[in-house]
Amino acid sequence: MTLTKADLVQEVYKNHPNLTKAQATQSVEAFLGISKASLITGYDLLLSGFGKFNVKDKKARRGRNPQTGDELTLEARRVVTFKPSGILRSKINGE
Amino acid sequence: MNKSELIEALADDIKVPIREAASITNTIIDAMSDALAREESIEIRGFGSFVVKEYESYTGRNPKTGEKIQVSPKKLPFFKVGKDLREQVNENRLKKNKK
Repeated sequence: MTLTKADLVQEVYKNHPNLTKAQATQSVEAFLGISKASLITGYDLLLSGFGKFNVKDKKARRGRNPQTGDELTLEARRVVTFKPSGILRSKINGE
Repeated sequence: MNKSELIEALADDIKVPIREAASITNTIIDAMSDALAREESIEIRGFGSFVVKEYESYTGRNPKTGEKIQVSPKKLPFFKVGKDLREQVNENRLKKNKK
């Protein structure tokens, strides 16, 4: 089973009887849009109890194509990483 | 950005009281945590995906003391950023400086 955006909308709709389905959809879209905007503008996103999304700048480095072994230069780039919170880790491990 | 800043932005965006935006935010975060706790994966198009990886028990070392320790089996969530978001984050690297 995989949780999708439609499942999140369904959860919000179920837990907030005062919202219409369209409003529930809008709220999930807004939640994701705000989260993305934070990361796109270079700001980390800390969702306490869940985890932290970090925006990291990586320097250019020499790498290899793992399939062919060819050497290549990986350009400097900005990436997003995720560090789960202790609470989430405990929950997943059933503690 | 932290959770309370996100909640404020959400309240402003969808025109609901802060309390309601907080409750919606918690519903979304709980739904994601619960899915991972059930070892389900998450796929949010345009944002990214989460999978839970399972690790067997292994013998590790305390990196400070070099002492051998037995690491218990564990499960950890991994996030893979979606293509759209990955590209947009990287494109903005040169436009705006972090913080």
